[in-house]
Amino acid sequence: MNTAPSSPARQFNAKLGMILFVIYLLLYVGFVLINAFKADWMERVVLAGLNLAIVYGFALIVVALMLAGIYGVLCRTDPVGTEDHAAGEESGT
Amino acid sequence: MIYDPSWTAVIVFVLFVLGTVGLSFYLGSRAKSSEGYFAAHGQIPWAVNGVAFAGDYLSAASFLGICGMIAFYGYDGFLYSIGFLAGWIVALFVIAEPMKQLGRFTFADALDAKFNSRGIKASAGISTLVVSVFYLIPQMVGAGSLIRPLLGYPHWVGVVLVGIVVITIVVTAGMVSTTWVQFLKGSLLVIFSFVLVVMLFQRGFSTNNTSFETIGPIAAVQLEQDTIDGRKVIAAADGWQDLPYVRMERSDGVGYDVFRMETIEGSGDVLLREAQAVTGSGDDKLINGAPNGLEEGQRALRPVGYLSRLPDSATQQTDGERETGPVGPISFFTILSESEVMLWGNETVRHDDGTSTVVHYQKPTDGERVLRPGEHPKFAGIRSGKLTDRLNFLSLMMALFCGTASLPHILIRYYTVKDGAAARKSTIVGIATIGFFYILTLYLGLGAMTSGSLDLTDSNMAAPLLANSIRAWLFAVISAIAFTTVLGTVSGLILASSGAVAHDLLDGVFGVKLSGPKQVRVAKIAAVIVGGIAIVLGILFKELNVGYLVGWAFSVAASANLPALVMLLFWKGTTKQGIVASVLVGMISSLGWILLSADTYKSVYGIDPESAIAPFSQPGIVTIPLAFLTLIVVSLMTKPSSEIAR
Repeated sequence: MNTAPSSPARQFNAKLGMILFVIYLLLYVGFVLINAFKADWMERVVLAGLNLAIVYGFALIVVALMLAGIYGVLCRTDPVGTEDHAAGEESGT
Repeated sequence: MIYDPSWTAVIVFVLFVLGTVGLSFYLGSRAKSSEGYFAAHGQIPWAVNGVAFAGDYLSAASFLGICGMIAFYGYDGFLYSIGFLAGWIVALFVIAEPMKQLGRFTFADALDAKFNSRGIKASAGISTLVVSVFYLIPQMVGAGSLIRPLLGYPHWVGVVLVGIVVITIVVTAGMVSTTWVQFLKGSLLVIFSFVLVVMLFQRGFSTNNTSFETIGPIAAVQLEQDTIDGRKVIAAADGWQDLPYVRMERSDGVGYDVFRMETIEGSGDVLLREAQAVTGSGDDKLINGAPNGLEEGQRALRPVGYLSRLPDSATQQTDGERETGPVGPISFFTILSESEVMLWGNETVRHDDGTSTVVHYQKPTDGERVLRPGEHPKFAGIRSGKLTDRLNFLSLMMALFCGTASLPHILIRYYTVKDGAAARKSTIVGIATIGFFYILTLYLGLGAMTSGSLDLTDSNMAAPLLANSIRAWLFAVISAIAFTTVLGTVSGLILASSGAVAHDLLDGVFGVKLSGPKQVRVAKIAAVIVGGIAIVLGILFKELNVGYLVGWAFSVAASANLPALVMLLFWKGTTKQGIVASVLVGMISSLGWILLSADTYKSVYGIDPESAIAPFSQPGIVTIPLAFLTLIVVSLMTKPSSEIAR
C-alpha cells in the first residue's frame, strides 16, 4: 500500500474495513445483477407479503447500518498522541 | 398546476435563513485563517459532523428528485436511494480514515500527499470544479421548482434567491457556518420526513374515481359520429389525426376536453378516459386549448395521482369510494400491491405550424407493477433483453456505488474533525442518518403517487405536495426544509469549489503564495463567481429532473476521482504521472460520454436521441475501469528507475 497504515491499530482497522467492504460488495452486486438480468425475480413475494425488490432493497440499507455499527465497535484506536492530527483524547469506540 | 403562495412556508423559511445567516456572521470571526475557513480548525464534534454529512449529502436530488421519480414511476427511484446509501460503505470502509490522515483542506491535498506535484493539484482541482458544478445544477433547479408554491414567483427567482443566500453563508464563515447549516438542515429533514411518513400511515389509502371523467364503454363505431355522450366532437386535424384521442367541445366554450381511447380487449368497445393537454410553454401556454390561469376563460392543469381500486379485504366503503384507515409499514406495501394505481403517461402531438401539444393521459396500473423495477423509461431497458440497456443500468448502479466516496464536497468534511477515529465515527452517524432517510423515501414517493396532489409538469414537487395533501402547515414546513436542503448542499459545493481555486490552483499550480487571510479572501471571491455560474446553469437547465442530473455528477466523480484515490491507498506502484493521467482520462471520458449520449441529445440539445454516438447513456461501466487501467499503465511506464533496478 502506497500510504500504508503506520500503526497496528490502523492496520487492523484497514483489514477489518476491507473484509466488511467485500461482504457488502457481494450483497450489492447480487442485487444489481438480479435487477439487470433476472428482473422478474424481483416481483416474487418472499417475505410477509413483500416482494424481493422491497425486501432486498431495504436489506441493503439495514445491512449497511449493521456493518457500520460492527465496524465502529470493533475498530481499534491509536494511543493518544499518535494520530496525525490528534488534538485531544480519543474515547475509542 | 397553479399554486397558492404559502406565507407560513415563507415565514418558516425566512426564519431559517435569518438564523443561519446570523449564525454565519457570528461564526465569521473564527474563520479568518485558512484552517478556519476551509476546515473549521478540525474542531467539529464527530456527532455533529455525522449529521452534517447527511445535511451535505441529502440534496435536492434525494429529497425532491427521488421522491418525484418514485411518485411518477414507482420503485425505480428507490434504486437511486439504494445506490446512494451503498456508496457510503466505500467511504466508511475504504476512504474515511486515510482521507483524514492524508489531507488538509481539499481533495487534491489527499491525492498529492506523497508527491507534491503541480500536475496532481491541477488535475484534482479542475476535477473538483467540474464535479461540483455538475452537482450544483440540480440543486439550483430544485430551488427554482420550490419558489413557485412558496411565493408564486417564477423559477429563476428561486435560483437567484438561493444563490445569494448561499454565497452569503459561505463568504461569511466558510466551513464553520456551512457545517452548522448542514447539521440543522440534516436534522430537520430527517425528523420532518419521519413525521410526514407517520401521518401518511395514519391517513392510509383511499380510492378516487371522480376527479377525471370516464365515458363508456361505448361501441367503437360511435367514435365516427359528430357527438359522443351528447357532446360535440372536434374534427381530428392538425396533428391529432391517427392518434388515440378525441377532443370534445365544452358547454362553457373555454377550450376543449380531451379523452384518450382505450380499447377493451375481447369486445368492439372502447373506453374514453379524460386526459390533459398542454400546448406551448412558459406564460403563454394553453391548457386544453384555453389560456393557463384560474380566472374566467382560463384553465389550469389539475392535480393527479389516485388509486382507482383497493382490495375489498382491507377496505371499507365510504361515499362511493373505498378507504383503508391507518396502515402499517408492511401493510402499506401489501395493500398497494393488490390495488390499481392511476399513473400518467404523455404523448406529443406535432402541429402543422411547428408547435406541439403534450397530452398527459391516465394509465391504470396494477399496484404490484409500481413495486418492482423497470417502469421508468430510464430503467425499462432491464426488461427489454437488450444488452446495451442492461449495461446502462449496471453502469448507473456502479457510478452510484463508487461516486459517493469521490465527491469533493463530501471528502472535505473529513478535515473538519480532529482525527481518523472521529472521521470514522462521524461516517457511521452519517450512514445511520442517511440510511434512515432513504428508507423513508420509498414511503414518501409512493404516498405522493396516491395522494391526489401531483403536478404533472413538475415531478420535483411530489414530496412537498404530498405534505400539502395531509396538512397545510406541513406543506409550509416541508417546503421550507426542502429549500434549506438546497442551501446546505450548495454551501458545501461552493466551499469545495472555492478551495479548489484558491488552494489547489492558485497556490499549488500557479505558485501564487498567499498568506492565510489573503487565501481566504481569494476563496471568497471564487465562491461568489462559482455561485454566479450555478445561478445561470440552474436557470438554463430548469426542465430536467434533479435526481437524474445528480446521476451524471456521480458518474464524473466516480470516473475522475475514485480510481486515483483507491490506487494511491492500495497500490505501491502508483506514480504522480499515473494519478494525473487517471484523473484527466476519467473526467474527460465520462464528460465526453455524457455529452454524446442519447439522454443529452434528447433533454439538452433537443435532437433525435437515435443519432447519439454513445451506445448507452451512463458512462461509469466504461470510464471507471478505463481510469483504473490508465493509472496502472501510466504508472508502470513512469516507474522510477531506482524501483526498476530493485
